[in-house]
Order: sequence, then structure tokens, then C-alpha cells
Amino acid sequence: MPAEPRFSAPARVADGTNGSAHAAVALTGVTKQFGKITALDAVSLFVRHGELMTLLGPSGCGKTTLLHLVAGFLIPESGEIAIDGQRITDVPAYRREIGIMFQNYALFPHMSVAGNVGYGLRMRRIARPEIDRRIADALALVKLAGLEERRPRQLSGGQQQRVALARALVIRPKVLLLDEPFSALDRNLRASMQVELKEIQRKLGVTTIFVTHDQSEALSLSDRIAVIADGRIRQLNTPHEVYRHPSDRFVASFIGDANVLRAHLERIEGAVASVALGAARVTVPMRTLEGSAVGSAVDLFVRPEDLRVAETDAAAAAHGTIAAQIYQGGHIDLYVDAPEVSSGRVLLRVPSHEAASLRPAGTRIAIALAADVAIAFRSA
Amino acid sequence: MPLPKLLRLLGGATVTAILGFILLPALVVTLAAFNSRAILSFPPESWSWRWFVKAIAYDDFQAGVRNGLIVTAWASSIALVVGAAFAFALDRYEFRLKRTLETILLSPLVVPHFTIGLGFLILAAQLGFARGYSVIVACHVVLVLPFVLRSVYISLRNLDPRLELAAASLGASPGRVLITVTLPLLLPGLVSGWLFAAILSFNEFTASLFVTVQRTQTLPVALYNYVREYADPSMAAISVMYIVATATVLTLANAFLGLAKVLNVEHAR
Ligand SMILES: Nc1ncnc2c1ncn2[C@@H]1O[C@H](COP(=O)(O)OP(=O)(O)O)[C@@H](O)[C@H]1O
Ligand SMILES: [Mg+2]
Repeated sequence: MPAEPRFSAPARVADGTNGSAHAAVALTGVTKQFGKITALDAVSLFVRHGELMTLLGPSGCGKTTLLHLVAGFLIPESGEIAIDGQRITDVPAYRREIGIMFQNYALFPHMSVAGNVGYGLRMRRIARPEIDRRIADALALVKLAGLEERRPRQLSGGQQQRVALARALVIRPKVLLLDEPFSALDRNLRASMQVELKEIQRKLGVTTIFVTHDQSEALSLSDRIAVIADGRIRQLNTPHEVYRHPSDRFVASFIGDANVLRAHLERIEGAVASVALGAARVTVPMRTLEGSAVGSAVDLFVRPEDLRVAETDAAAAAHGTIAAQIYQGGHIDLYVDAPEVSSGRVLLRVPSHEAASLRPAGTRIAIALAADVAIAFRSA
Repeated sequence: MPLPKLLRLLGGATVTAILGFILLPALVVTLAAFNSRAILSFPPESWSWRWFVKAIAYDDFQAGVRNGLIVTAWASSIALVVGAAFAFALDRYEFRLKRTLETILLSPLVVPHFTIGLGFLILAAQLGFARGYSVIVACHVVLVLPFVLRSVYISLRNLDPRLELAAASLGASPGRVLITVTLPLLLPGLVSGWLFAAILSFNEFTASLFVTVQRTQTLPVALYNYVREYADPSMAAISVMYIVATATVLTLANAFLGLAKVLNVEHAR
């Protein structure tokens, strides 16, 4: 199909991509409203070719709306959407060449598995032998060969999901959209489907936008994560960067477990600052502390694995009493009451081979910081 | 815990009694139809098919069935198309007075049938319409429309909109989404709506009495005119044939589509 060169002027955005012209999917200043509700507020997002981009955020933040805008089920009030550099803002869904998988799979109940998977090919008026061959390939890809004649209701949840994936992929979409695909599956199945999805996505190299409200799923699957709250993108980066260097308080508390500890700002040195927590000192970026004065109270965000049980009191960040100790296999979660730094319980995550850390509940311990870099925000 | 025996027996007896009470008229009429004597009496003393033969051979009844079928076919088909269009509009679009329209269209039986019949009679006279089939059909469309609308509307409400979105994403234009996904999934609702309309229309008496004339009278009107002059078991024979015919239609619908689906009682998803 000859591509008409009619994309809008590429917007340059300092997010690490090359702007819309080279993005597989480009949203520029997209706003979507439902009556008085602004579901998406001037969102710009550039998805690279072949990457798995996750939209992560709490329920109601606008993830599905964004996906539906890309799919063409919704038209934005303002802003532009482009796929492969071509402006498609008002192109109807059926001409967008997009594969989408819904939360409830949305398989056609009146068609067999083969009928479902072959639907998009029939709509393209492809010859019967090729349709059959491509259905077989797609079902083999999702490991469902042999179930062609079954009806969707005769399949398990996991199998239905595979059919939905095969149906979306068989048309060789430019973009694959997945809306909370694993939320209906039980834990074990979810884990294996995640691995499988990632393998298939890598193998086909298909640009994918994946929606979830599950931060651990986002961390494990994504090439990059866009953290969304209230219709705006709060941070867009790799899982590691988002986890290690959250851009704001919302991102820091939404992604991963975090302890919020009462500390105070001891010294400012240009772009960084030194924060004191008991006898411990930790370096934090000043970026998130704009306007805080030396000596003021700050909320120090520390990951559970960045805390450990101190052997001596010398560098103790805090003292507390073990409230509960939960064995998790690979690691142990220690819940500690430490009223001087936190009104809630402080969580320490220690490797379980450090058997020395196993102490009965009620034991008094000293807590030390295992990292010398963290992030802090002005006290709320 | 199993129900106590006494309670279970009582429950069983109650259900049987209620069923019996519902079926009693049909049973009495059926027995009366086979009475060989020329009066409508119960229980019959001797048995015969003669009233069936007489009823089938009776000109007014033959014409009544023919007229009834013509009116029913047109009225329920027109009501299906109009009702489905309204149901789509109500389900898919937002517009002013939508709530009002919904309430009016979905609540039958507020206006009595004789009022509707009388209204059409006056209208037809005013507009100088010959009292042919068109007036009866129009009248029946008005009478059965709420039932068709409701049936299609419920099916539409139960249709997952994501199925249509999925089809669109796979390359189906709106027309093809309609043909390949929406209509097949609505089929039970459409069939049930049509069947309800047909049964109601074929049975309708009160309004039909106003808008029919001798030449166009439907079966219920013909029966009424008959019973004003005679009181033999022919009518009972007609009733039996009617019940058998209706049961056959419903059985066929059940065989092909599933009664639960046709009557729209199956819960969605
Ligand atoms: N069709 C709609 N009509 C009205 N409001 C809607 C509609 N779709 C979504 N919304 C609203 O837009 C916001 C974002 O919704 P959504 O994109 O579904 O969130 P998410 O998928 O992140 O849970 C919510 O406040 C939701 O109530
Ligand atoms: Mg959603």
C-alpha cells in the first residue's frame, strides 16, 4: 500500500525519542473529554517501533481512553494521532490496521475458534487457502493448534485469551493494543502468560501498547512505562528508571513498595542534597525538593530492599520493634514498628539466605540504609 | 439441608394446583371440542371430530384465518423493522426527549385497545380511507410495537459493545459489522420480538372489532360474530387448533433457536 505523505509537522519533544516522524505511534497534545470529565489532558506520547510500551495508572486515569483513541473508537477533542508518521486522527477504526485485545477478550460467540481468528482475514478478502494457512500459523504461535472447531464458550479463560491474541495478530497489525489482558487470570496462569506474551511480542517485533494498573506486571514486561494519573502522563521511562528515579510523589508511591520516612534536609549542594535520618545520611536530588530549606522536614522514600537490619547502632537510621515476619520464599518481609520515623509500619525486604535476620516478633532492632542514594519530597 | 417432607409435599401440591388452574380452561375447551352434541357442554357424553370438520369448512373462519395471517404477517414485520430502528436509536444515540420516548415506547397497555381501535376508526373515516387491510395493519403495528421494541432493546443492551469494536479493529466496515456480528447476535431477540408480535396480532380482538368489516374480519372477530348467533362446539375446535398451531410454532422456534433465547429469558453472559 503506497503511503501518502500527509503527516502533520513532527513535534519535537524532549522525551528521548526522535519525535513523531519516527515513532510507530505518536500522540501530540491529545485531549479527550466525556462531558465535563477530562479523561486525557493534552497528552503527548511517542511509541517506538517494536517496543512494548506500558500505560500504567490507577483505575479511571484514562488508560482505556488512550487505547481507544489509538484504535479509532474515539475521536479526540484536540491533538493529533499518527501511526508510522501518517496522521490518522479521524481515520475510522476499520482502516487503521490495529490489533486489539480486550479485557474480556470479546470473542465472537457465534463463531468457532477458526472463525474468530480468520475474521480479520475474511474482511480483507484474502483467498481461502491463504486464510487457512495463516489461521493455522497464528494458532500454532499461541499453542492452540487442534482447537479450530471449538466455540469460545468451550474454552478455558487462558485459551480464550490465546484466541483473542491470535485474532489480533493474524492481520499483522501495525500496532498491538492490550487492555489489562491478564487481570481475569489466576496468579500462576498470569505469570506464564506474561512470559509468553513477551516472547511472542519480541519474536514478531510488533509495536505494542499494554495497559495495566498492576505495577509489578508493568515493571516485568515493559520496555518503557508511561505512568498516568488523572489524564496526564507523570513519567515516561524504562522500568528501572521509573522504579529508581520516580519523578514525583505519586509515581514513587504507585510503583513498587516504598517506605515514607520522616527525615530532614541537612545540606544543599547544587542539584543534590543530603538528608539525615537518625545517624544515617543519604543523598537525594534537589529536583523533587524545590523550595525546601535546610533543616526542614522531608519525606524520604526508601524501597524495602534498601533497608536492612543493622548490626550496630553506629549508623542506625531508626530503631524499631519487629511486628511481623513474613516468609516469601526468596526473601523475607519484615514489618517493623518504628514510631520515630513512620506512623505506619516500616517494611524491610531481606534475602532469606540471610538467616541471621530471622528474629522473633517483638525483638528490638536497628534499621540501616543499604543505599546511599534515595529520593525525598517536601513533607505533605 | 433438604426441605422438610411436609413442606415439600405442600409445595408440590400448590404448584400442581396453580398449574391445573392455569391449564383448566384449555382442558375444558379441548374436551368440549370433541363433544358430539351440538351444545357447548361439559363433560361430553359422546365423542366426535365433526366440529373440527365444520369449523374448517366454515367460510367465515376460513376467511378469518386468511385475513388474520395477512394482517399478522404485515403488522409484525413492519413492527419489527420500526421497533428495531427505535431500539437502535434508543440504545446507541443520545438525543433530546430520549427518556420520554423510551418511556412511551416501552410501556404498552397504558392506552386501552378499544381506544386505539376507535382512534383508527375515526382517523380512517376522517381521512376517507377505505376500511381495508391497511388500517388494520397500522392499528396492529401500534399495538405490538412496544413488545417488539422491548425484545430488540433488551437484546441490544445485552450485546457487548466490545464485540463490535473488535470487529471494526479487524477491518470490518460499519455495514459488515452489522451483518457479521450485530445481526447474528441479535437474531434471537429479533425472532422473539417477531413471534410475540405475531401471536399478539393474530389474537387481537378489541381493537380489530373497530377497524375490520365483514370482508376483512380476522379470526377473533369472526369467532365473536359466530358466537353471537350459535353456541356449538366449533369454537372449541378452533381453540384447540389454535393452541396446537401456536405450540408447533414455539416448538420449532425452540428447536432452531432455543426457547430460552427466543423468549429472551436466558441471562446474558
Ligand atoms: N464513555 C464514557 N462516558 C463517560 N465517561 C467516560 C467514558 N469512558 C471513560 N469515561 C471516564 O473517563 C475517565 C477515564 O476512563 P478510562 O479511560 O476507562 O480509565 P482506565 O482505563 O484508566 O480505568 C474515567 O473518569 C471514566 O469515568
Ligand atoms: Mg480501563
